[in-house]
Amino acid sequence: MLPCTPAADSLEWLARPALQALIDALTARGHRVVGPQVADGAVVYRDLADVNQLPAGWLDEQDGGHYRLRRDDAAGWFDHVVGPHSLKNFLFPPREPIQRLVREDGTWREEPAPQEQQPLAVIGVRACDLAALRVQDRVFLHGGHVDVAYQARREKLFVVAVNCRRAAATCFCHSMKCGPAATHSFDLALTEAGNRFAVEIGSERGREILSALGTAGLLTPCTADEADRVRTIPHDLERTMHARVAEPGVPRPRSLDTDGIRDLLYDNLEHPRWRVVADRCLSCANCTLVCPTCFCSSVEEVADLSGDDVTRERRWASCFTLAHSQMHSGAVHATVASRYRQWLTHKLAGWIDQFGTSGCTGCGRCITWCPVAIDLTEEVAMIRESAPP
Amino acid sequence: MNSMNSLNSTHAMSPSASAGMQGQVQGHVQCQGHSPWQLQATRIAAIREEAPGVRTYSLTFAPRGPRPSFRFAAGQFNMVSLPGIGEAAISITSDPESLSGIAHTVHAVGSVTRALARLEVGDELLLRGPYGVPWPLADLRDRDLVLVAGGLGLASLLSAIAFCMTHRGDYGRITVLSGAKTPVYLLATNHHHRWRDHGIDVHCIVTDPDPRWRGPVGLVSMLLDSLTIDPDATSLLCCGPEPMMIAVAEQANARGIAREQIFVSIERLMGCASGLCGLCQLGPFFVCRDGPVFSYDRIARWLAVPHL
Ligand SMILES: Cc1cc2nc3c(=O)[nH]c(=O)nc-3n(C[C@H](O)[C@H](O)[C@H](O)COP(=O)(O)OP(=O)(O)OC[C@H]3O[C@@H](n4cnc5c(N)ncnc54)[C@H](O)[C@@H]3O)c2cc1C
Ligand code: SF4
Ligand code: SF4
Ligand code: FES
Repeated sequence: MLPCTPAADSLEWLARPALQALIDALTARGHRVVGPQVADGAVVYRDLADVNQLPAGWLDEQDGGHYRLRRDDAAGWFDHVVGPHSLKNFLFPPREPIQRLVREDGTWREEPAPQEQQPLAVIGVRACDLAALRVQDRVFLHGGHVDVAYQARREKLFVVAVNCRRAAATCFCHSMKCGPAATHSFDLALTEAGNRFAVEIGSERGREILSALGTAGLLTPCTADEADRVRTIPHDLERTMHARVAEPGVPRPRSLDTDGIRDLLYDNLEHPRWRVVADRCLSCANCTLVCPTCFCSSVEEVADLSGDDVTRERRWASCFTLAHSQMHSGAVHATVASRYRQWLTHKLAGWIDQFGTSGCTGCGRCITWCPVAIDLTEEVAMIRESAPP
Repeated sequence: MNSMNSLNSTHAMSPSASAGMQGQVQGHVQCQGHSPWQLQATRIAAIREEAPGVRTYSLTFAPRGPRPSFRFAAGQFNMVSLPGIGEAAISITSDPESLSGIAHTVHAVGSVTRALARLEVGDELLLRGPYGVPWPLADLRDRDLVLVAGGLGLASLLSAIAFCMTHRGDYGRITVLSGAKTPVYLLATNHHHRWRDHGIDVHCIVTDPDPRWRGPVGLVSMLLDSLTIDPDATSLLCCGPEPMMIAVAEQANARGIAREQIFVSIERLMGCASGLCGLCQLGPFFVCRDGPVFSYDRIARWLAVPHL
């Protein structure tokens, strides 16, 4: 058989085990390869050397405050959906040195802060997280200031996306127009079908690496019919998601009516619902930590004993803490209600003013990982229902 | 200090620093390729005790001499940076057109500002800036100006007053209304005669008078009440505690000054000062980048909501 040369607009078949060759090729090109793996009862991103580390045959059940993995031998390699980690954990790491200052003879000198140089490749990225990537690009690259460290990591990032075949009850990417089909921001996209993946090219780098797999005889061309069928998979799921209805005994499928949502929230900043949700909210900040778009940070000073060698470390911050708004006159967001309001209105309204996009992709993580099952789709619905005209 | 990493290299310029003269700084300018955290070194040339816990620091840019490339506009602020302690947003109080250095007037209230208070003349002080949207003085030519300060809020207005003295002919009547808790916290009283020499009216008020106080007692809004104004020709600039600014702005608006002609300088906790860290948000705004100076018509709606 002739080696298959992939074209940008066609799909190629890659046998499932041959995904190992993609991992190897990315590793050989100097990437740190990361992919989903089962650890501590959840699917998380870990360094990936071997396809056998992937969560083949695992499905996740997600609901408000609930995440459980179960075996299903019929499940594919990527039929779990999103876990607590996202690309944010890598491109905007939870802690990062941003500056090192050394004092000699009463004068400070700036030393370059150590920076992670190795390019990253992530396998298994879902459409909602591609959307989150695009949102964080707006924050860190196209806001007021370019974040140089983010930019360096972002430019080297290699994304292998996966089209979802299944959604959790907490997923509402269809409402946010962020999924489930992977349509942008990837180098390669996989759609699982039987024992193989249909591979789509999203970038020149993706084409180059796929060509190498083709040269190694690992690809077979998709026929036009096959390609059409593969391409409908995420769109069929999207249609299913729009048609989902609540049924007794199973988690309620989420959706969010985004019509006029910015003004809805701005016009209801003093709605009584904020106090109702505050009675349940623990202000634990889990939702901001798992959210793939939250970008708040604060800087901690890490000094040696002499105080002459100081590293400034940027760490994730959360609007659920009092420190986030602490001033001499007291914390601005002094009440839990005001902190929940900050989170929700920033996410769904403020972001639109600041970055021209919603800050929510519908990934559902904040619902799943909330210890008391607070659900932003429900909170918005309650405000919408009882908003004064 | 002359290495590539030297803190006072020209790369330490902030994005808005290059925007030049007063009034032309258009908020933030997108800036590629350098770290928003990069610092400049200054030396403390003089320290003046203004009031208990409040000191003015005159700074020269290291190694010594005139400030090399640091340009700011009245109402902008710096992040004063103490390695190992942290950073704090501090208004620049000096004349934006002076080339001899800059000044900060700081109230020691927390970790950074207290550590700053332990520094002495000759010590190095790091900072980055300038940041933020300044007072729109260039747009206010030929208008009457009322500058209303509550306590340390005067710090943000001092640079505007200095600018107005140099360009006195460009403005109509100028009145400074300064209120404080006690007479000692009426800052810059030593400058009042100079302001008056430049045809700037100054009125002071305190809420807790001491036995020597001969002036009026009450809130600064009372001074505004008794001031004769031509509302159509007047612009009001206000900086102080938020409830005071709201009260003053509402009162000015009730007296006929348009909301578009009322400007307030908002305080929020600041981290990056560059629109990256999210700490300074107020409604749709990043106060560091979209403010701290806002016209009242843009900000009133958000100020009116408690704890926003
Ligand atoms: C645009 C702008 C301009 C400004 N200009 C000036 C100026 O010209 N001069 C000036 O003096 N100030 C100015 N400020 C205010 C100044 O930035 C703050 O006072 C400063 O950040 C205090 O920093 P700090 O590290 O000293 O205090 P911090 O240690 O951060 O403490 C600040 C206050 O919060 C309290 N606090 C801190 N942490 C907690 C906690 N966990 N729980 C309870 N309370 C807590 C402290 O007791 C203190 O009262 C300006 C602010 C802004 C936004
Ligand atoms: S707000 Fe919740 S559903 Fe939306 S992107 Fe963040 S974690 Fe996902
Ligand atoms: S303010 Fe809150 S919701 Fe907005 S980015 Fe920061 S942590 Fe996330
Ligand atoms: S201070 Fe960081 S965004 Fe304004």
